[in-house]
Amino acid sequence: MARKFLPKVITSNHLLEGDVIYFSTDGEWVRNISQAAVFLDPETAHRKLDEADLQRNIHVGAYLADALLDDEGKPKPVHFRERFRTLGPSNYFHGKQAGN
Amino acid sequence: MSKIVRDYGFDRNILTVEDFISLATLRQGVEKPVRLDLGNDENPDGLQPYFCWLEMIRIPFPDFNDGRGFSLAKRLRQLGYEGVLRASGYLIADQYRMARLSGFDEIEIDDLLAARQPEWLWQSQVIKKKLSYQDRLLKTG
Amino acid sequence: MYKYNDFDHAFVRTRVAEFRDQVDRRLSGSLTEEEFKPLRLKNGLYLQLHAYMLRVAVPYGTLNSRQMRQLAMIAEKWDKGYGHFTTRQNIQYNWPKLKDVPDILDALADVSMHAIQTSGNCIRNVTADHFAGAARDEIEDARITAELLRQWSTDHPEFQYLPRKFKIAVTGSPNDRAVTRAHDIGLRAIKDSEGSAGYEVLIGGGLGRTPMIGKVVRGFLPKEDLLPYIEAILRVYNLSGRRDNKYKARIKILVHETGIEELRAEIEKEFLTRKAEFPGINPELLQAIEQDFAAPIFNKLSVDNHVARVAHDKEFREWVKNNVARHKIPEYAIVTVSLKPVGGTPGDATAEQMRVMADLAETYTHDELRVSHEQNIVLPHVPKAYLPKVYDELKKAGLATPNLGLLSDIIACPGMDYCSLATARSIPIAQDIAKRFDHLQLERDIGALKIKISGCINACGHHHVGHIGILGLDKAGVENYQITLGGNATEDAHIGSRVGPGFSAEELVPALERLLKSYLQLRESPEETFYKCYNRLGMDPFKEALYPHLKPKQIKRDRA
Ligand code: SF4
Repeated sequence: MARKFLPKVITSNHLLEGDVIYFSTDGEWVRNISQAAVFLDPETAHRKLDEADLQRNIHVGAYLADALLDDEGKPKPVHFRERFRTLGPSNYFHGKQAGN
Repeated sequence: MSKIVRDYGFDRNILTVEDFISLATLRQGVEKPVRLDLGNDENPDGLQPYFCWLEMIRIPFPDFNDGRGFSLAKRLRQLGYEGVLRASGYLIADQYRMARLSGFDEIEIDDLLAARQPEWLWQSQVIKKKLSYQDRLLKTG
Repeated sequence: MYKYNDFDHAFVRTRVAEFRDQVDRRLSGSLTEEEFKPLRLKNGLYLQLHAYMLRVAVPYGTLNSRQMRQLAMIAEKWDKGYGHFTTRQNIQYNWPKLKDVPDILDALADVSMHAIQTSGNCIRNVTADHFAGAARDEIEDARITAELLRQWSTDHPEFQYLPRKFKIAVTGSPNDRAVTRAHDIGLRAIKDSEGSAGYEVLIGGGLGRTPMIGKVVRGFLPKEDLLPYIEAILRVYNLSGRRDNKYKARIKILVHETGIEELRAEIEKEFLTRKAEFPGINPELLQAIEQDFAAPIFNKLSVDNHVARVAHDKEFREWVKNNVARHKIPEYAIVTVSLKPVGGTPGDATAEQMRVMADLAETYTHDELRVSHEQNIVLPHVPKAYLPKVYDELKKAGLATPNLGLLSDIIACPGMDYCSLATARSIPIAQDIAKRFDHLQLERDIGALKIKISGCINACGHHHVGHIGILGLDKAGVENYQITLGGNATEDAHIGSRVGPGFSAEELVPALERLLKSYLQLRESPEETFYKCYNRLGMDPFKEALYPHLKPKQIKRDRA
């Protein structure tokens, strides 16, 4: 049986800054996963990924990442790798968790 | 259409598939000077007797990441091949210097790449040929 | 130490300008990301999990105080105030911005440094014994060969697009501190029966997904044949190495699939072609390199104050016992500065600490520092008379942890805290282990022990050759850690064996505690190290300690 499709967000790294970014509903790249567009079916997710992928002068290596919706309907990471990407390293208070 | 990159700039490529023969054909014997298409996985061992018949050897680069052609060119030169060595396919301007130092004389690229990486860019690599650790390390004369 | 000549300076500056231009062309679209990636990698620039990462070459791990201060400056100006020293004797910055990288490279060039070929499918920065020039057992200073290879491999036109990365390590001593058996090429300086100098050449070692110990391809290679022979190895590899599968592209797989005999024959044949027209190395250049590595003039100062301090200061004595090694000159010592404070990140040093080490090197130790593959910093020539002063300064800077070669001297790769290839984190594991055993106060009792941790199968943390190796994996979306036992990274290199099913992050430290407590019970005497004890008894008793609730059969099944 095919596995149930989990909602997806599009994420990548910013070409100039290198940091983690997400594709938003209005086709912009944003830094906070809570503002990321969520795709509920595979077709839309892949079509949007192709669209995002065209902006290669802005970002490097976009892909689809699993997401869950919180009580307010905002996306949250599922896998621990994606969770770390929303935060930063665990040995120092650096990266997104420190607000940069 | 394709272009030939040489030290002095771009030329139009005038050769077609018919102007080249395969290694298998060559090994059957030749009666006049020919041009050889040598695959980057083919072994040039035993080719020396044919060298004087070979006007040109063309080596393909299916992908710019595939560096076999550089070693193949160097091996041919070290075996004594003195004719024209042409690289053809996907090489980028930043590799021109490597290609020249490995023994190639020219590179055949398609027009699309030539548009994205124009003549001046390839030519800017020419002077860097002199900046070679390998040449410098060796005894001269 | 090697000093850049005009050519080196011109070359490095040209490369910086070239990279600046390549960055611009990537932004303008003249270079695609696919084309740009190998170019940035050849200049040490990765794109990691949270940011870019710049890996700076410290050739064969040697640097002077001026260079170390510049590394500190770069950490403060363009990064977050620290750097990470790696198992490849390099330093990595975790937070540079793409637009700043050309400026950072220029700042490195100001002090005769670069980031060339610290990544990518080319010949990587050559590594060497971190005690070279100071060790007692040395036949010759490995760095002369390493520097020659640095120059030869730098921008070698034929070998910039190999099937995969290629690592060369050199040792000048019979005691192998450079892990030459785990490199694509390992070179060991030896003398033949007539006393002429040459190398034993090993190929096909490597860790990663398929760990292999290097095999001897040439028992004795005369010195003058070094470059043509290495070129022959590289050419055979470049032409025949697999390009269809990234995990099968290293030369170790070629050795494995072709067989060492057949490969040797191919290499020897290529070597003869190459040698026939090889004109030899320019003797002036070689001499210049040799002179640059001439030993400093050693002053034989009285060792009285050192002896006195050892006699009355227990902490100092402990540090000397663990972190200070014998030097070839009796009045001197080799100091290893531990970058492994309990609970810290293995291999990290702050800009401030880098400056302290630079000052010490300049004032007391002939202006030389080394980066070891065990992620520590070595002061290779310290007069014993200065040991007390050096110790006091290090201690003030938090750099005198007396744990060298002990449990908390852990090698850990960056893992999923930084690395985009990681399957689990490794740094927090190292921190937890060190903290737990510090709390138990067992480290000293346990004695010599090498724990090595990698955050994925690529094995940058050398887990295969740790006495205890730990490999972090992703098991159905949870971090999971596999333990291997009995690895060895020395001249008797050996790949450790996997014991059984992995542990969660929470279970791991208690499991290690059981393991090491049972070692303390099992050993014949305190002199019998964990490694020796393991070799005497085999895996079973240790397996039982790790998996007290599992029946032996079940363990076997889970392992399969
Ligand atoms: S072992 Fe894996 S996780 Fe660790 S640094 Fe290497 S690639 Fe990254």
